[in-house]
Amino acid sequence: MTANGFLQLGFYLAVLLLLAWPLGLYMARIHRGELPIFVRWLQPAERGLYRICGIDPDQDMHWTRYAIAMLVFNLLGFLTVYLLQRTQLWLPFNPESLANTTPDSAFNTAASFATNTNWQGYGGETTMSYLTQMLGLAVQNFVSAASGMAVLVAVMRGFVRKEAGGIGNVWVDLVRSTLYILLPLSLALALALVSQGVVQSFSPYAKAELVQSIDYEQPKLGADSQPLKDENGQPVMEKLTAQEQTIAIGPAASQVAIKQLGTNGGGFFNVNSSHPLENPTPLSNFLEMLSLLLIGAALCVTFGRFVGGMRQGAAILAAMTIIFVGLLALCAGAEQAGNPLFERLGLDTRASALQAGGNMEGKETRFGVVNSALWATATTAASNGSVNAMHDSFTPLGGLVPMWLMQLGEVIFGGVGSGLYGMIVFALIGVFVAGLMVGRTPEYLGKKIEAFEIKMASVAILVPPLVVLVGTAIAVAVEPGRAGIANPGAHGFSEILYAFSSAGNNNGSAFAGLSANTPFYNTMLGFAMLFARYWLILPVLAIAGSLAAKKSVPPSAGTLPTHTPLFVVLLIGTVIVVGALTFLPALALGPVVEHLQLAK
Amino acid sequence: MLRDFKPALMIFIALTLLTGVAYPALVTGLAQLLFPAQANGSLIGKDGKIVGSAFVGQPFSDPKYFWGRPSATAPMPYNGGASGGSNQGPLNPALDDAVESRIAALKESDPAQTAAIPVDLVTASGSGLDPHISPAAAHWQAPRVARLRGIPETRLALLIDAHSTGRQFGFLGEPRVNVLTLNLALDAAGQ
Repeated sequence: MTANGFLQLGFYLAVLLLLAWPLGLYMARIHRGELPIFVRWLQPAERGLYRICGIDPDQDMHWTRYAIAMLVFNLLGFLTVYLLQRTQLWLPFNPESLANTTPDSAFNTAASFATNTNWQGYGGETTMSYLTQMLGLAVQNFVSAASGMAVLVAVMRGFVRKEAGGIGNVWVDLVRSTLYILLPLSLALALALVSQGVVQSFSPYAKAELVQSIDYEQPKLGADSQPLKDENGQPVMEKLTAQEQTIAIGPAASQVAIKQLGTNGGGFFNVNSSHPLENPTPLSNFLEMLSLLLIGAALCVTFGRFVGGMRQGAAILAAMTIIFVGLLALCAGAEQAGNPLFERLGLDTRASALQAGGNMEGKETRFGVVNSALWATATTAASNGSVNAMHDSFTPLGGLVPMWLMQLGEVIFGGVGSGLYGMIVFALIGVFVAGLMVGRTPEYLGKKIEAFEIKMASVAILVPPLVVLVGTAIAVAVEPGRAGIANPGAHGFSEILYAFSSAGNNNGSAFAGLSANTPFYNTMLGFAMLFARYWLILPVLAIAGSLAAKKSVPPSAGTLPTHTPLFVVLLIGTVIVVGALTFLPALALGPVVEHLQLAK
Repeated sequence: MLRDFKPALMIFIALTLLTGVAYPALVTGLAQLLFPAQANGSLIGKDGKIVGSAFVGQPFSDPKYFWGRPSATAPMPYNGGASGGSNQGPLNPALDDAVESRIAALKESDPAQTAAIPVDLVTASGSGLDPHISPAAAHWQAPRVARLRGIPETRLALLIDAHSTGRQFGFLGEPRVNVLTLNLALDAAGQ
């Protein structure tokens, strides 16, 4: 990689960690109810909201009530997104008269956005009306992120409270996350993105006269709007000439801002942030990448402040950063090394001052290799899933990195809230393993970790791999599953494994060659997303409730300190060992085989 | 469960109005006020007509124009109404075939150009709408365009520079040349 490549990566990490600190402290103040002076003017609005909704903000909730309320709230979002898609043709703000989506696609998308996954079985500009995008999808971008943050806040209270019956008020946690954190950040980011050229308009798509008209072929449609076939069963092609270019626009910037900040990832356009009107310049790219990991990193600082030890948060942040940097180096290196095919064909693939070089298939000129690899690593470290390059066209090792990052459980920064509560689950397993080695009851942050917590943590760690591996196995075993494959050989298996890794960990990115907008995949992946989200939230809230009810024990000589480099190593080891043992066999059949074939 | 249904519904409605109506309306209002050109797609007008967007590429196959990157959108390349990448894996024989035929077309367009072809000129972009090529890809095509349009290569080099963008702030992203604006400038020069 070039010196400029290292500079761009280093600059990104430096800015991320620098901004995480103040934002983390700010979020801690918000969620502890100590509103800073510059947002206090919003407080009457917050209180008025509770009054209108008939909510007592001081009411403490037991974890079961907290969980049920959260599920009901998420169910309402799910139903709304489903109904909007099924009726958008008859509703306003649909200037392109886009049709109602099919039931299976609507189910998939509703599950996808309610669970903060944002898997896209559809193409944005050809499927979703402006109304569906704003009132359905963008709202879920906010509230699914707020839901993740609320669960995390409840867990943090679990560590802090002593012999308490409740873990907080779910409505207060949801409203504060949205009103004081997600909305202001999104507003600022959206305007910055528009200044760079991201579109934000309610007008219909623009039409431009092409400088050079273009001849093309497309399948001829019969009266039943099905492709006509000739006597050999081949589609009949008709020759056409295009004089005009349609340029899809829409209210994109407002949605792109929250899709990045809320680790949602659902693009306004089909190709997400590789679309030049969704991500037009290197600066817009930088801002979008930064916001992708920002809240996840900052929540580690929030955690430290909450539990009364900044070094506790720093240790977790350090573990995340170390894994991230290691995998980033692998991905960027593989993509810059490129595809041996291109050298065999005599192309110029060297990185220089005049070109990015490397594996440019599926990548944009303005981002080149370095920013595409950085984005791919960040978007799968976080459970974001937005893309600025086509992961399906990455080299085998370059594509292994995002796939494995998802399989690690989306705990390297991870989703808003969900990343850190996932990492805390790994920390519990880590101290439990350490406790077994020395024969003492494990503790974490002054709470004894006992059988109930470990059972719940095991459920949280085992459900996603189960969903991923069983789902992949079913899909490769049945015809409707194999029918979706686009690339031959080991890469085709990778496409399916990637899809279930993405859905089963609420990421949302894809090896997009897979034809996933079919009843089979829409249904399978829809259920995968729902399982993976709520079978994590429930056990995690159970842990929160159980911890809150416990006494706090002072550290003793036998307590494993959880803010030291030793603990960082232990935590990294736990994440890597679980992730490697679970997924190496599957990875060997996909990207590893493909890498060996490519090197041959 | 019932006691929390009403608050759930009310909070959901309130947050929907806030984040699904007020927020996009506010962003749209401010965007149209502060950055009207960008917010509407950075469209380029010529003689009262819209001829494209500064950020959306167009297909060029005529040798007297600079060619952009291959586009995998359907049914025609550079379909701004339906973005898409090729999603071809690195070992896919279809990728091999596609790249080889693009190399053949470029070589046929300028048999005298024997330098190695820059990789971005024969690989499909992620969006299918990439407005840019690398400076290396522009320089590779310059002798052909200069000859067909009868302009000196030195003058053409200046024109390429005028439509090039370096790394933002000197280090972000990659250097690039805007194919559409460069070609429009060539036509405007009347050559």
